[in-house]
Amino acid sequence: MTNEIQQQPDDDGSDGELRGSALNRANSQLTLRLALFAVGAFAFGFALVPLYSVLCTLTGYGDQTTLSEKRVVAEAPDEARLVTVEFLADLPSVGNWEFRPLKKSMQVHPGKLYEINYVAHNLTGRDTVAQAVPNVSPGQAVAYFRKTECFCFTPQNFAIDEQRPMPVRFIVDPNLPRIVDRITLSYTFYDSATLVGLR
Amino acid sequence: MATTQAHTAADHDHHDHKPHGIGRWLYATNHKDIGTMYLVFACIMFFVGGTMALIIRAELFQPGLQFVDPAFFNSMTTMHALVMIFGAVMPAWTGLANWMIPMQVGAPDMALPRLNNFSFWILPFAFTLLLATLFVPGGAPAGGWTMYPPLVLQTGDAFPFLIFAIHLMGASSILGAINVVVTVMNMRAPGVGLLNMPLFVWTWLITAYLLIATMPVLAGAVTMLLTDHFFGTTFFAASGGGDPVMFQHIFWFFGHPEVYILILPAFGIISEIIPAFSRKPLFGYGAMVYASASIAFLSFIVWAHHMFTVGMPLAGQLFFMLSTMLIAIPTGVKVFNWTATMWRGSLTFEAPMLFALSFLFLFTIGGFSGLMLAIVPADFQYQDSYFVVAHFHYVLVPGAVFAIMAAVYFWLPKWTGNMYNTALAKWHFWLSTIGVNILFFPQHFLGLAGMPRRIPDYATQFTDWNMVSSVGAFIFGFSQLMFPYIIWKCVKGGEKIGNRAWEGARGLEWELPSPAPYHSWEEAPSRELIARGAQH
Repeated sequence: MTNEIQQQPDDDGSDGELRGSALNRANSQLTLRLALFAVGAFAFGFALVPLYSVLCTLTGYGDQTTLSEKRVVAEAPDEARLVTVEFLADLPSVGNWEFRPLKKSMQVHPGKLYEINYVAHNLTGRDTVAQAVPNVSPGQAVAYFRKTECFCFTPQNFAIDEQRPMPVRFIVDPNLPRIVDRITLSYTFYDSATLVGLR
Repeated sequence: MATTQAHTAADHDHHDHKPHGIGRWLYATNHKDIGTMYLVFACIMFFVGGTMALIIRAELFQPGLQFVDPAFFNSMTTMHALVMIFGAVMPAWTGLANWMIPMQVGAPDMALPRLNNFSFWILPFAFTLLLATLFVPGGAPAGGWTMYPPLVLQTGDAFPFLIFAIHLMGASSILGAINVVVTVMNMRAPGVGLLNMPLFVWTWLITAYLLIATMPVLAGAVTMLLTDHFFGTTFFAASGGGDPVMFQHIFWFFGHPEVYILILPAFGIISEIIPAFSRKPLFGYGAMVYASASIAFLSFIVWAHHMFTVGMPLAGQLFFMLSTMLIAIPTGVKVFNWTATMWRGSLTFEAPMLFALSFLFLFTIGGFSGLMLAIVPADFQYQDSYFVVAHFHYVLVPGAVFAIMAAVYFWLPKWTGNMYNTALAKWHFWLSTIGVNILFFPQHFLGLAGMPRRIPDYATQFTDWNMVSSVGAFIFGFSQLMFPYIIWKCVKGGEKIGNRAWEGARGLEWELPSPAPYHSWEEAPSRELIARGAQH
């Protein structure tokens, strides 16, 4: 099966190309570098988790430290401006709880203190602890939506079949960007059975 | 000369002596054997995934639930995607890389033959794990191939099988990619410069880098799912401070480069076939290389266009919309260059050219619907509808799959030394092209009319186009049976061909005898041969 087309150039590899053990060494080195690259990419996948938190803090979107923080602010109503605030309530699974806001939405003046009540009803059949995790949309509004009191600040104890209203007091900061005319406040209500770790 | 021959006499002695029996395949280190195994594996998976697709289309032939229950239907959509992406298209590309790259760069074999064996043999185990989930309690994964939590965390006993199968597929791809990079970087024959390589080699080199950079990120994401499910971490659980949307970000950071992993080698194939059957050098070789590299770079900064509706700041939406649209520029360069290559060429329409031309038209349709999806306000309407299904099937079926078939029809005579039944291959082409359009084109209409994807039942106004689509699916699906038949007959025998199977084909592989000897380029090709094979 020798064929004439496979003639080697006469000079013995002096054209600088890799042969023999030099080739093996070069192959091992490049393989090692690429393998390290792959390991680095794996680590990068996990590094995306803290990077994501940093990005959330920077943009305010889903930033739990700001969202679950009590922030006191003096009242300075801006009667000329109206912003719609919508209220959402979510449960990770259905059946064990009743959880809803008493109002779907309200019109508010920035700089004025308002109160809205959520109501929760423990249907789990046992004494339990639950925690609400808040979110605010759009992300630009997070820094300007200040809660002076919220049931989301601390875990809530509930007796069997207990039902009670839970107040939220909030002020929309008058510095809220003009482009935002509608803010959505949402809570997801986790029972201790599904709650993995209290922040 | 005589001393050289004496020196290599031992080599030549076993030159064409292949190992016999099952051991040849189990312990294979020959790039051609491993390439063949990859291609056979891909072909089997293509039919497994295709069967799942036909179950989906049979169920969707008319509204209501006829054949399967909704949970199984969801398993079918999930498994169809996983099998086709990781089992059919990606192994087919690796198989073609194994067969062709050493022959095209004048190397005797892949750089790391044992690693090559290992990366192939991982795959049957990975897919045994994955397909075994069809028989475990709770059924196969049904949360979509994108594995979004929290839904995917509700998968039954199949969950760890799914995760470990993904880990194995990822490991196989990464090892295969490392092998390609080392081969291309270190094993080129003297005189084969980087900007002298066939475009298939170039696009595969870029693909390999994409694989090494992104498959580990997917591995990380599914590892997080695994620990969320079994070890109490809360990467994606809001109840512990995590965020399910973060999974989508990490997944698509892998997922978008992945779509170019599936299509870049196709660009390489088309760039080989169109010049061969136009009897002209490729128009704009350098531009093709840089366009491929630009596409690969851009693929890392567009991922969030898969998730415009999660609630993203306006600046983010604008950034991802514009960066996505930017990809149309290098892609447009490619389509332009292919067209310009044909301009005033002496075209003939053999089976590989037909598939390549079909690719050119139909992939471009998929590209345009992709541009529509890139527009944020339009995407709000289209997302999760059949329009998306039509879009990615246009780029993957008449895109990636047609390019694989074109490649097989192009190089099969080189592999076997025999010409296949060209009439039958053309029948295969026409049935495929007509079938694929009947199958997927109506899905654009369905999507624009509001039919959601991943549902087993639908509102009655969608019936007509679903029936048309299902008819197309069965035409397309059954006509694919011709493909292995044609290949099998060609392996068994046929009209003998010379070194150069196609008049206009250029490249080092065509300077080798047909069938390509078991060991090729043990002595590097001469510069004269390299110059003759140069495509530009």
